[in-house]
Amino acid sequence: MNMTTFSHPTKDLRSFKVFTIEEGTVIDHIDAGQALNIIRVLNLASDDTIVTVGLNLPSKKLGHKDLIKVEFRNLTPEEANKVAIFAPHSSINIIHNYEVTDKFSVTVPTSIERLIVCPNPSCITNAEHMNTLFHVSNGGAHLKFTCHYCEKKFQHDDILEYRYS
Amino acid sequence: MSALSKEDIDRMSTLTREDILEELKTKIMSAPPQSPFLGKDIISIKELSREQIITVLNHAKSLKQTPQPELLKHKVMASCFFEPSTRTRLSFETAMTRLGGGVMGFADAGVTSTKKKETLYDSMKIIGQYADVIAMRHPAEGAARRAAEATDKPILNGGDGANQHPTQTLLDLFTIQECQGTLDGLNIALIGDLKYGRTVHSLAQALIHFNPTLSFVAPESLQMPSYICEDLNAHNISYSFYERIEDVMSQADIIYMTRIQGERFPDKMEYERVKDVYVLTKDMLAPAKPSMRIMHPLPRVNELKEEIDPTPHAYYFEQAHNGLYVRQALLGLVLGALHA
Repeated sequence: MNMTTFSHPTKDLRSFKVFTIEEGTVIDHIDAGQALNIIRVLNLASDDTIVTVGLNLPSKKLGHKDLIKVEFRNLTPEEANKVAIFAPHSSINIIHNYEVTDKFSVTVPTSIERLIVCPNPSCITNAEHMNTLFHVSNGGAHLKFTCHYCEKKFQHDDILEYRYS
Repeated sequence: MSALSKEDIDRMSTLTREDILEELKTKIMSAPPQSPFLGKDIISIKELSREQIITVLNHAKSLKQTPQPELLKHKVMASCFFEPSTRTRLSFETAMTRLGGGVMGFADAGVTSTKKKETLYDSMKIIGQYADVIAMRHPAEGAARRAAEATDKPILNGGDGANQHPTQTLLDLFTIQECQGTLDGLNIALIGDLKYGRTVHSLAQALIHFNPTLSFVAPESLQMPSYICEDLNAHNISYSFYERIEDVMSQADIIYMTRIQGERFPDKMEYERVKDVYVLTKDMLAPAKPSMRIMHPLPRVNELKEEIDPTPHAYYFEQAHNGLYVRQALLGLVLGALHA
């Protein structure tokens, strides 16, 4: 590839970063650093679909953001809610024939089953083979996750491990 | 709702589906309201409303005044203590016995199938098939809630690790009401290890219903955790932080002492520095109101000098005694022998 042919490198490189897709879903305004978690939680890597990921893209709204494009797959509302756990400000764009046909904000679920491993080592969920359950509340700028069992409250940064499958 | 009699069933065989539905609806509507406590698990103090707390305390008061030795005749309580306990286990077992019920169980997980790696879920499912109600203590946080998923018999949480100990909180509230004549609008000082002490966490959360003024007296490293303070903020409860007991003595209606445990301190020098600061002596009580009462979940080590015991301020032994009546009230309520 001859890079010297670009007359306006910044503009042309950007077209590589966020090229359009024909059919599928674009998850935009993902908090920087959360895209890989979303790919895991939606199990996108093991699908046959083409997935394009942008990390740390400049964003007027967030400063930096991540972005995911999933070709030939529309996210269900349940899947969109899973996105909200990692990126509560993200938006979902449904693409049909290169056009945005639907756009909606994600909704943070009130509870999350199985996904979060309780960071409290003394929690019963870490002693028994069982599912976890967390209640989600929107405490100011950050989501808070309260373990249904040990009743401890956590923020995203406190959570060290997720169960993706 | 009462069960259908044979006559009911014979008569219904002659009726149309719509008639039967209408009749069932009438029966349900006219049935006496079920007590909200019947079959209820008592796992976390946060799940009890002000009205429910007051119901428990009223029944405890009645039971203290008038024993009911046959209230739970033919009922059986499983006493499942997976870790050591003195007051909680013995008062649960005595409470059941003094209400005429039977008690079975264990005081050491080492004698159970837990040693053979049986899960808590399986253990409690099986025990629930033998007993009508289960009182339990377990070192894992959330164990009581997990146990409640395993059995449809009511679980009374006697402590799940550092998490909840709701029956202790209820007996604390009962004691406060008993010695002050009210629970509302009191000035309550919580003193000692406020960071790790589950009794002070649960008590602060329960007091949210009674508009107290709270004073937290502790070394900075053992102060009340922020998540409890957030709960208090959300309910506009007034609280202040102090480092010296003397600073709260003259205003307090209740002094609630807890033990500072050396093993909690990562820095042993810090422990040596503060361990004698949170010791209550008789001399320190001079500015206290005559009605001020001292409570302590016990056991005490040296934070509460024995010279205080004969003073009118000492109320911790009565507090431990009250556990009996509060646990009797809970047993009667969850088994449907007492009503809300």
